[in-house]
Amino acid sequence: MWKKFKAWFHQWGSAPWFYRRSTRWERWLWAGTIITALPALFMGLFVVPTDYLQGDSYRIIFIHVPSAWMSMMIFGVMALLSLVALVWRIRTTEIMAMACAPIGAAFTAITLSTGSLWGRPTWGTYWQWDGRMTSELILLFLYIGVIALYQAIEDKRQAARAAGLLAIIGVVNIPIIHYSVQWWTTLHQGSTIKLTGPSSIDASMIAPLLLMVVATKLFFAATLFTRTRAELLVQDRHKKWINEVVAS
Amino acid sequence: MTPTRKRRLFAVLFVLLGVGTATGMLVYALSDNALFFYTPTKMAEEQVAAGTKFRLGGMVLPGSVKRDTQSLGVHFVITDNDAEQDVFYEGILPDLFREGQGVIASGILRPDGKFEATQVLAKHDENYMPPEVADALREAGHELPTEPGV
Repeated sequence: MWKKFKAWFHQWGSAPWFYRRSTRWERWLWAGTIITALPALFMGLFVVPTDYLQGDSYRIIFIHVPSAWMSMMIFGVMALLSLVALVWRIRTTEIMAMACAPIGAAFTAITLSTGSLWGRPTWGTYWQWDGRMTSELILLFLYIGVIALYQAIEDKRQAARAAGLLAIIGVVNIPIIHYSVQWWTTLHQGSTIKLTGPSSIDASMIAPLLLMVVATKLFFAATLFTRTRAELLVQDRHKKWINEVVAS
Repeated sequence: MTPTRKRRLFAVLFVLLGVGTATGMLVYALSDNALFFYTPTKMAEEQVAAGTKFRLGGMVLPGSVKRDTQSLGVHFVITDNDAEQDVFYEGILPDLFREGQGVIASGILRPDGKFEATQVLAKHDENYMPPEVADALREAGHELPTEPGV
């Protein structure tokens, strides 16, 4: 059983195998994204009740919080893939790790902009240099740094190794973002959804949030496959397997 | 795992450990400077001198808000349930400002011991609930900030 799984898992390292398999998986992932994201958005924006203090502006939580989680999770995934790529030198893993960066950067940008738009009516300011906001902004710069480094080096395999090391080092920022609201006094509030203990959001409001959390994960997986496949196409454009894939 | 791979793995983990330790020490050294605001208790602890510019955060003490009749000036007390600090602010307050609400005021400490704010921000907490739930909690004896326009 384990041997079979191991053999199957190793096959993903081969570019043609990855290309064919991911094409098949992608459809399901994209379908899953749509059937979770649309109801989540509809429920979040129209169905669930308003908040007692913030009125309707709190509905930004259904975009902001899942995006913020993704911005951190994707960085972790990128670092882990980079570690595997650095140690085992698997080309598909290198490409996959680098494909994470623009997706994570987009989620970080969404987190920062939605937070800023919500902050103006709630706090009375678009931006303040508190621990949570500053560390999240650094995360965006780290993502941009990884993308820039990968683009700056001609040899894509060397580029992935250099940028991958930056991704691994950048991981130290993730606990800082998470704990910033506990270590320091911040303008940003503490966590609403807690892994241990009860969450401080009423049960009637939580369904779209959880659905959106699933939707963003599926979206990430789908985009990751698409981006990796696209990069494989570019890098292997002169190779024989591409012709076979395109012909079929 | 081949020896080469093992070496690479340890090299990367070693770098991460080094950077992690350095960052940890940096965060520890920054612990006071990275505070976004001081609470009245922290203010007393640090014995903040008059004329110092800083941010003061806490809850607006219920019943402490007094508005000037002639100007936009407003006096209130910020409390963290242990210590209290008198605050004066002249200007437009954020919509969420009300008694019992968390706020952050930035400004300077006057020689007479009053904090003169140049900006007041509302700090939101992590609790989200519909108005009916909030009413039910209030009836059960929980203290909650009042709704806008109430």
